[in-house]
Amino acid sequence: MTPPSAIGSRVPALDGVAKVTGAAKFTNDLSLPGMLVGKILRSPHPHARILSVDTTQASRVAGVRAVVSGKDTLGIKYGTIDPFMDELGLAVDKVRYIGDEVAAVAAVDEDTALEALKLIRVEYELLPAVFSPEESMQPGAPRLHDHVENNISGRILIPAGDVEKGFRESDHVFEDTFRSGWITHCNLEPHVALAASDLSGRLTVWCNTQVPFRFRADLAKTLGLSLGMVRVIKPFMGGGFGARWEILGVDFCAALLARKTGKPVKIVYDREEVFSASRRKVPMTVYLKTGVRKDGTLVAKHCRVLADGGAYNGLGPQIIASGATQLTNLYRFEHFRYEAYHVYTNNPVTSPMRGFGNTAVRFADDSQLDRIARELNLDPVEIRLKNAVQQGDVTLLGAKMKSCGLSECLEVVARETDFHSKRGNLGRGRGIGIAAGVYVSGSKIWVPHDSSSAFVKLNEDGSVSLLTGTADIGQGSTTVLAQLVAHELGISPQEVTVIAADTDVTPFDLGTYASRVTFIAGNAVLAAARDAKRQLLEVAAEKMKADPESLELRDHGVFLKGTTEQAMLLEEAVVAALFSSQGIPIMGRGSYNPPTDYDPQVRKGSRTLAYAFGAQVAEVEVNLETGQVKVLSLGAAQDCGFAINPMAVEGQVEGGVTMGLGQALYEDCLMEEGKTLNPSFAEYKIPSARDVPEIRTYLVEPIDPEGPYGAKGIGEMPQLPTCPAIANAIYDAIGVQIKSLPITPEKILAALKEKELQGVSP
Amino acid sequence: MKRILELTVNGEVRTVLTEPQRTLLEVLREELELTGAKEGCNVGDCGTCTVLIDGEPLLACLTLAVEAEGREITTIEGLAQNGRLHPLQQAFVDHGAVQCGFCSPGVILSAKALLDANPRPTEEEVREAIGGNLCRCTGYTKIVEAVLSVSHALNTGGTK
Repeated sequence: MTPPSAIGSRVPALDGVAKVTGAAKFTNDLSLPGMLVGKILRSPHPHARILSVDTTQASRVAGVRAVVSGKDTLGIKYGTIDPFMDELGLAVDKVRYIGDEVAAVAAVDEDTALEALKLIRVEYELLPAVFSPEESMQPGAPRLHDHVENNISGRILIPAGDVEKGFRESDHVFEDTFRSGWITHCNLEPHVALAASDLSGRLTVWCNTQVPFRFRADLAKTLGLSLGMVRVIKPFMGGGFGARWEILGVDFCAALLARKTGKPVKIVYDREEVFSASRRKVPMTVYLKTGVRKDGTLVAKHCRVLADGGAYNGLGPQIIASGATQLTNLYRFEHFRYEAYHVYTNNPVTSPMRGFGNTAVRFADDSQLDRIARELNLDPVEIRLKNAVQQGDVTLLGAKMKSCGLSECLEVVARETDFHSKRGNLGRGRGIGIAAGVYVSGSKIWVPHDSSSAFVKLNEDGSVSLLTGTADIGQGSTTVLAQLVAHELGISPQEVTVIAADTDVTPFDLGTYASRVTFIAGNAVLAAARDAKRQLLEVAAEKMKADPESLELRDHGVFLKGTTEQAMLLEEAVVAALFSSQGIPIMGRGSYNPPTDYDPQVRKGSRTLAYAFGAQVAEVEVNLETGQVKVLSLGAAQDCGFAINPMAVEGQVEGGVTMGLGQALYEDCLMEEGKTLNPSFAEYKIPSARDVPEIRTYLVEPIDPEGPYGAKGIGEMPQLPTCPAIANAIYDAIGVQIKSLPITPEKILAALKEKELQGVSP
Repeated sequence: MKRILELTVNGEVRTVLTEPQRTLLEVLREELELTGAKEGCNVGDCGTCTVLIDGEPLLACLTLAVEAEGREITTIEGLAQNGRLHPLQQAFVDHGAVQCGFCSPGVILSAKALLDANPRPTEEEVREAIGGNLCRCTGYTKIVEAVLSVSHALNTGGTK
């Protein structure tokens, strides 16, 4: 029997058994001899000057080993790139949001550390604070960072074509303003770091990071260490979704305290800290004006995004740029103007989360498109198909669409969900809606390269160790990368051991973000596997006195091409090299940096080589008395290029759609003067199994010429269409469009009441 | 003041010296080195610390260790028998119901309690039973499929 192919098959997660038996060790499951517990003192004020920090009493508590504050640090700021670096591991002169890190304690146990925190005396001079970007941009508003005028830390203007001419040439012009909510990642594993410093001062940090090499660079920099003095290791990780892209207080303070005490120090955020003092998605107000011909052809768009950046930049100034290409990469139109402003406020810091600035803009665009279709009496599927980007397109901002399954996704999801027979026939209070989305496979948005590298080491028994710097944050890259190696070397994925995300051991990789791992790290791994294969075939050819070109690897052996007789076992080739006079190890080396042509000066070109598309249909029932929405079904057609592991792709789609559902209907941090009022899972609700219908996924697989075996990245794309699909279904159900997320029962009742006043019945 | 507790965990009697205010989760993780039960929120909202006590799913972060004395505690580490995964564990792996794996121990134990009490649950009953176990990765579709597949196998005499 032929074994199942290593790629294109539903290979169960290679680390699945470890995860279902409790054997998988996450960072908080690790402990070291003599380990101390670290805790952080945070600012209770949204904006204040620190006059003094007195740690004398705290230091005297029995069991306390170290107390540190800003004056114990080098005061080196970090962030993405100049000039956006504005954040400190511990505040020095000012605090800028409720939760800003002020001091930290290491003690023998948690109770002692908490007792010591209470004894730290901080004297503050309160400063006036601002809590909305509109207010913060005003002349005379309190300034958060001395070097940034009007608190506008990032601004983008992208003109393409002549937008005013476009509006003049349109038959209809639609103008709307949409708002997204205060969303946060809610990865179930809280932020955690365990740091240990050895006698030479070399630091090792175990933490749930998505980007180990970035963490190493930022920790080394802020602690004044050379890169080689820091090792970052990511153990099993309980989700990321963008939450762990930047070093935070947890990482910096654990490392600082470990260096100060000479003992291992572990800091785990409690859930309230995760909610109110880590990171959250950038909330956006999206003004969108669209010109359209009467047949539904889109002509022009003007989009203005106002983003609440919170107290520090994080990746915000880069995030606000993403909305532009979210608009130009999905539906065709000719004239464009995109403006975006990233504004500091005294709110918690907003930064990347699954979708990276695209979610709010996609919600706006696909919601408005539904309004256009309704008012022009056009079919919502047809208007999307009419304007859909196609393979071969070069978009308004220069993106090249080498593979594109958008139209097919729209057609498949409409057909499979019976969209047309249901639309208009569902009865009172029920509705159905459609939306689409597009996303990159890696991005050079803020760095001039987008590289990954990998080593493939053959062991004496023909098994393989794959060394990759990429971080499996739960999405399953371990399995997918092993499948690529296995296919290339003719072995089974189970014969591949993946060693990942350890900066001392694994080769450089930018990390896990921008849906880049399958595409970028995948191509690097493939290159390394092919390099190993070349070496193996050369050894085998020499042994067999054959031409390497005439040989191939499969079924754990070396074969003469076109024959079924095995010439050599894989391990015989490995051993022949290893036990030769030179003792040569078979070690493949590979790297990948996509040859993109994006020009940051004019903001044109491709930032990535491949785009994944998708379309989704939601069916809802709205209780017209209470405003409660029940999502009855969700269908998602996903263009993923070649599905290396269809089961893993479905998992990403189902998870992304569910995250989108939460954002559409209830997820929102309730804020009052910079304070998060609902910092718990009980009060900030994420979808439970009871809230989600079965999600039906339909894979559309146009082979991408650049992807590994034609695959594209799909980690983030699936949550983009969900908010507008649900919003459009609600619009269909109640006949009024709600333009701010989440679409709560209160908003629905208010909209229904207003409609009733206007004398129309649902 | 510390006291000696005798806890029956995964069929084995374990003796620990601990303070009476310590939760079962702390004692399992820190004293008994059973880290399969996770600390996702420590206030009873997320379900990652779910263990079985006398077969019932309970949140170890809200249970004092002393309350568990004299009762049968099952953690995820106790589910595989004689080197074989429990059918639910196998089904979670085979159906792709595990992504990051942080919630998996708790979800699997909640599902086990359900199937022990009700071997033929409907999809709705499965969703209800795991409703207190949050998962941010999977969207639950494959989790529900995995649980129903085990129920189906139990009822048709299949092994998987």
